[in-house]
Amino acid sequence: MMDDRNALFSQQTFARAIEFIWREAEMLDRRDYRAWLDLWDASGFYVVPIDPQATDFAATLNYAYDDQHMRELRVQRMVSGYSASASDAARTVRTVSRFTLTSDAADVVEVKSAQVIVAYKRGVSTIFAADLTHKISFASGEPRLVEKVIRLIDSTEALSAIGFLL
Amino acid sequence: MSDTTWQTIDTSTLRERVHADRIAPSLYYDPNLFEAELERIFYKTWVWVAHESELPNPGDFRTTTIGRQPVIVVRDKTGAVNVLQNRCRHRGATVCEEHKGNAKGFTCPYHSWSYALDGTLRALPYGDGYEGVCEKGDLPLAKLRVGIYQGLIFASFDENVEPLEDFLGGAKPWIDLFMKQGAGFPIKANGEHKFKFKGNWKIQLENTTDLYHFPVVHKSWMKSIDDETAAAITSFMTSEDAFCRSLGNGHSLAVLVPELVDLDKDDGAPLPERFNELAAQLAERHTPEEVRRIVRSLMGVGFNLNLFPNLALSMAFFRVLRPISAEETEIRHVALAMDGGPDEANRVRLRIHEHFQGPFGFGSPDDAEAWERVQRGSHAGPEVPILVNRGLNRETTAANGEKTAHATDETGMREAYRQWRAMMEQA
Repeated sequence: MMDDRNALFSQQTFARAIEFIWREAEMLDRRDYRAWLDLWDASGFYVVPIDPQATDFAATLNYAYDDQHMRELRVQRMVSGYSASASDAARTVRTVSRFTLTSDAADVVEVKSAQVIVAYKRGVSTIFAADLTHKISFASGEPRLVEKVIRLIDSTEALSAIGFLL
Repeated sequence: MSDTTWQTIDTSTLRERVHADRIAPSLYYDPNLFEAELERIFYKTWVWVAHESELPNPGDFRTTTIGRQPVIVVRDKTGAVNVLQNRCRHRGATVCEEHKGNAKGFTCPYHSWSYALDGTLRALPYGDGYEGVCEKGDLPLAKLRVGIYQGLIFASFDENVEPLEDFLGGAKPWIDLFMKQGAGFPIKANGEHKFKFKGNWKIQLENTTDLYHFPVVHKSWMKSIDDETAAAITSFMTSEDAFCRSLGNGHSLAVLVPELVDLDKDDGAPLPERFNELAAQLAERHTPEEVRRIVRSLMGVGFNLNLFPNLALSMAFFRVLRPISAEETEIRHVALAMDGGPDEANRVRLRIHEHFQGPFGFGSPDDAEAWERVQRGSHAGPEVPILVNRGLNRETTAANGEKTAHATDETGMREAYRQWRAMMEQA
C-alpha cells in the first residue's frame, strides 16, 4: 500500500515538475525575466557549462555560473535598455520534452529533459539544442528552482553570441 | 597563391583602398581580397596557435586552424613543440578531430597510415604496393616553422619567415609585463570561450586597441559592476596618462590603467573592496605582500596588446581571432590562471572572465552586436570610407618610430593597416 502511495506521490511530483519547467520555458520565450527570477530558490545556481564532463562548476570555466546575485545582474542587464545585444535580441521559440525523473529525494526532484530553441534574428534562425537538468524544491509547497544546468550539444564549438536566456 | 587570386587582385589598387587615415569599406567584404589575405598574411607571417601550458606533457596536443588549414600543435617525446598540418599524406584526410588531448601518435581513419608525434610516417598497411614507388621517410605530416616566446606558441607556413623575436620586436617588453599577472606563478590557460560573429576579421583586429567604444558598448556591463571598479576601468577616458601606441610590424598597445602596467610595482593603493573577502582568505596562507600581489593581478594588467594578425593579450586573457570568410570570424577568449596558485583566487579569475567574456557574457555579445552592425552598414556607400583618423591631431612619433596618442585614439588601427598594406603589396 505504501509503495503505491509513494509511486503516486512521485508521479504527481513529476507532473508538477514538468508543468513548472514548461511554465519557465514559456516565461523565457516571452522574456518575462523578472518573473523568471521569482522561480528561483535564493541558493540556486543557473549554469551553462562548456566542458561536457564538468560537474565541479565552481572550479571550471563556464558560459554562465550564476548565483542569485549574478542572476539578478543578468536580468537587470537584459531589461535595462543599455545592452545593444539584449535590446535587439533574437525572438525565440523553445520546446522542452523527453522528461525523465532521475531523483526524487525528499522535497527535491531532479528532472532531465531535452530543449531545442530556435532563435530568429535578422533573417537567420539559429538552433540551440541542449540537455537540461532541473533540480526543483517543493520544500515550501511551491516549486522552486535550486539548479538548472544547460548542456549545449555544441558547447565546445564556436557559438553565436546571444541576447536572451537559455 | 592560386592563379585565380593572382588574376583577381590588383595590388596597385590597395593604395586607393587603404590610406593612413581611412580605409575602403570593401576591405570588410571583398571575397577576393579575403583570399589574398589568407595567402599573403595568414599563410606567411607568424600566427599564434597555442600556449605552452596547454601542452605540459609529451603527447599533449590541441588542434586549431590557420586560415582554412587545420593544424595540430603537439609536444613530442623529446619535449619539442611541433605544429603539423592535420592532413594525411596519402589522400588528405585529417588525422585528428579532437580539440585537445594526449596521444601516442596520429592515425588516419581512411587507410590507417600512422604518424609519430613529430610527424614522421611510422607505418602504413600492406606496404608492398609502395615498394619502389615511394619511401615512408619522404611522407611525414608537413611541419610548420615554430617559434615560442614567453610560452606563446606561434607558427608560420613560410620556411623563410623572419625570426619570431624580430617579428614581435617592440611588443616583447609588453608581453613580458603581461605575464607578470601570474603573481609569481606561471601563467596557465584555464579554459576558453569561443564564438562567431558575422563580420570581417579586421573589425575584431581594430577593436582591441579601440578604447573609444568601451563606455558606450559596455554600458550594461559597467552597470553590473561596483562603482569603484567601473570608475577605475574607465578612468582612461579623461586620464592624460592613458595612451595608445604603435609598436611596429602591425602590433599596438592601449594602456587604460597606467598604475597596473607593471604589476611588480605596487603603488600601495588600497585593494579593491570587492576582493576583501578573498584577501582575508588568502591572508590565512600568504604574507601581506603576496596577498597584495595576487589581488592586484586578478583583473590582469592595465593594458591591451595587439599582436598582428591574430592575437591580443587583453588585460586578463588571450583574445584570438580566426578568419572564416570575408564576412565571418571566430573569436576565442582564453581564460588565464596562476599555475599552482591559490584555488580561491583562480576561481575569482574564472568568475571575472565569465562575467564579461563569451557568447553569453555581459560584454562580448554587445561587442559582437556592434561588429555585426559595422559589417552590415559597411555595404552602404561603397565610396564612403571607414575612418581611422581619431587622434591624428595629437599623435607624436618617438625616435624609434613608435607613435603615441591618447588611449581613445586610433593609432593602433593605423599601425595594423600600415602592416596590412605592406604585407598585401608583397608579391
